[in-house]
Amino acid sequence: MIDTLRLALAYIRFHAVKSAVLVVTLAAILAVPVGVSRLMAAAEESLLARAEATPFLIGARGSRLDLAMSALYFSDDLPEPTTMAAADAVWDSDLAAAIPLHLGFSARGLPIVGTTLDYFDFRSLSVAQGRGLALLGEAVLGAEAAQRLSLGPGSRLVSSPDNLFDLSGAYPLAMTVVGVLTPKGTADDRAVFVDVKTAWVIAGVGHGHDDVVPTEAELAAADTSAPLQADPAIVEFTEITPENIESFHFHGEPSRFPISAVIALPYDARAGAILQGRYLEPDRNDQIAVPREVIAGLLSQLFRIKSLIDAVVVTVGAAALLAVGLAVYLSLQLRRPEMATAFKLGGRRALIARLVAVESGLLLGAAIALAAAIAIGFEYVAADAAVWLIAQAAA
Amino acid sequence: MTQAIVQLRDLAFAYPKGGFHLEVPAFHLAPGERVAVVGPSGTGKTTLLHLIAGILKPHRGEVWVAGQNVASLSDSRRRSFRAAHIGFVFQDFELIDYLSAWENILYPYRIAPGMVLDESVRARAHALAVAAGIDGILHRRPDRLSQGEKQRVSVCRALLAKPAVVLADEATGNLDPENKQRILDLLFERAAKSGASVLAVTHDHALLAGFDRVVDFADFRQARAA
Repeated sequence: MIDTLRLALAYIRFHAVKSAVLVVTLAAILAVPVGVSRLMAAAEESLLARAEATPFLIGARGSRLDLAMSALYFSDDLPEPTTMAAADAVWDSDLAAAIPLHLGFSARGLPIVGTTLDYFDFRSLSVAQGRGLALLGEAVLGAEAAQRLSLGPGSRLVSSPDNLFDLSGAYPLAMTVVGVLTPKGTADDRAVFVDVKTAWVIAGVGHGHDDVVPTEAELAAADTSAPLQADPAIVEFTEITPENIESFHFHGEPSRFPISAVIALPYDARAGAILQGRYLEPDRNDQIAVPREVIAGLLSQLFRIKSLIDAVVVTVGAAALLAVGLAVYLSLQLRRPEMATAFKLGGRRALIARLVAVESGLLLGAAIALAAAIAIGFEYVAADAAVWLIAQAAA
Repeated sequence: MTQAIVQLRDLAFAYPKGGFHLEVPAFHLAPGERVAVVGPSGTGKTTLLHLIAGILKPHRGEVWVAGQNVASLSDSRRRSFRAAHIGFVFQDFELIDYLSAWENILYPYRIAPGMVLDESVRARAHALAVAAGIDGILHRRPDRLSQGEKQRVSVCRALLAKPAVVLADEATGNLDPENKQRILDLLFERAAKSGASVLAVTHDHALLAGFDRVVDFADFRQARAA
C-alpha cells in the first residue's frame, strides 16, 4: 500500500497543474452548493432577525416592500414620504413609542439616516469611539462606514449634493463626526446617523444664516449717517459650528416636516393589535406594515430564485463532473503504456487499478478538504456576505 | 528436465484477431547463454519473447523457464513468476515518466506482488547504477535523460531482481552506434555477473558477433515444415 501511495503521490506531483485543476474543480463542485445554501440561510437569518426585531413600520401608502427595505436596510428605493405627524399620531395614541426615520440622503455613497436617540436604544447600538449625537450637525458613523470612509471622531463628512440642482434645497452640509458605533453585523454598520433635525437641514427645511437685523452693538459701531440696509444676498451656512448654531432655525409647522417612515414600538401585544386596526381604515393616507410579514414574502420570492440557482448549480456541477470524468478517462488512456509496462514487469491488474484508485482518492480527498475549508470559510463570512448581499440588493 | 534455463516445446500461438500463426517446435537457452534472434519484421519475434515471459499464453506446447512450465500457470502466478525470474529491456525503454531514474530502477519492486524492497535491493540497485555509469543522474526523470542513459536505466531495472533470463526486445534499436555496443556490453557484463541468460531480438547484424548463438526466426518455421 505504501508503494502504491508513493507512486500515486509521485504521479500527482509530476502532474501538479492537472491535479490542482482537478482538485479545485471538484472542490468547487462540492463547495458551491454548500456555500450558496449557507449564504442564503445567513441572508434569510439576517433579513428575518432585523425584521422580527421591528414590530411595525408606518409610512405613506405605497409599496410595503420599499417601506420595509428602506426603513430596515436603508435601501435606495424610498417609500412615499410622510410627515412627522405620522410619528406624533403614534405618540398621541398612547399605544406605542415612535421613532422617526428620515432617509434618502447619502454621504460618499453611504446612507444618511436621520432619526432620534431612541433609535440607538431600540437597535442596542453603542458607541465604540467618541460619543453619541448631541448637537445639530453632528454625525455618528456605523462601524463599517467609519472604516470605509477612514473617518473617526473629529472628522468632517459632507453630505452628497443630491439636491444641488434643486433650487428649493440646500447646499451639501458638512457634518462633524462625533462617534463611531460598535459593529453589529447589520445595515446600521454602513449608515451615517444624524439627528432628524440635521436631516431636515440637509433637506433645506431648516437653515442658518447671518441675522439680517443688526445687534445693538453693531448698530452702535455702525456709521449712523448712512441709511441702514439689509443685504438681500443672504449666505446660508453649509456647516453648523458653535458660532453659527444659534442661527439655525426651521420654517413651518414641525408636524409637516418630512420623514420617510416611523418605527412603532407597541407597549404590549394588545396595544399593537389596536394600533394595527387603526390603520385599516381605507381612507387613511398612511399605512402600517409588519416587517416580518413583508420580509417573509420577499424571502419566498428569494427561495424561488434559490431553486433556480440550485438548478444552475446542479447543471454546472454535472457538467463539471462530466469534464472531470473525461479528464480521468483521458488520463487513463494516456497511461495505458505505463499500465502495459507495469503488466510486463509483473504488476497485477488489480494493483494498477489500485494505483489509479489511490490517485483518484488522494485528489478527491484533497478536493473534499479544500471544499471543507471553503465551506468553513463560508461559515465565517456567510453572515457578513449576507449583509453585504442585502446591502447590494437594497442599493 | 534438461539443464536449459528456457526450453520451448511444440509451441503454437495465434492472435485472436488473426495475423501470423507462430509455431516453435523446439528451442532452448542454456544458463548464462547469450542468444540473438533475428528475422524479418512482423514474423513474431516479440511475440516469442512475450510467450517466454508469460505475458501471452500459448495455445499449445510448453514454455519452461527456470524449471517452471510458465504456460501452465495462472495469470497471477505468471505475473509473479515474471517479476521474479525475467528481466525485460525494451526498444523504447518503457520508463515511467513521472518517476526518477532511481525510482524507475526500483519500479518492479513497487508494483510486483511478493517483491520486497529492502536495503539489500537498494544496495544492489545502486551497484548496478554505478556499474552502468548513471549513479550521478539517478534523481533525473526520463525527460532529462539521453537515449543511452534511458536504456542504461532500463538495463538496471531488468537486472535488479537477479532474473534467470533477460529478454531484450530490440534493446539497441533507438540508440546511436556507439551507444548500441556500450549498452550491449553493459547488458552482457551485468547479466554474466548475475548468471542470467540473455535472449535478444535484434535487427542489427553488426552486433551479432557478441552473442554465443544466433537463431534465425525462419528456422522455427523450417523446423515445423521438416
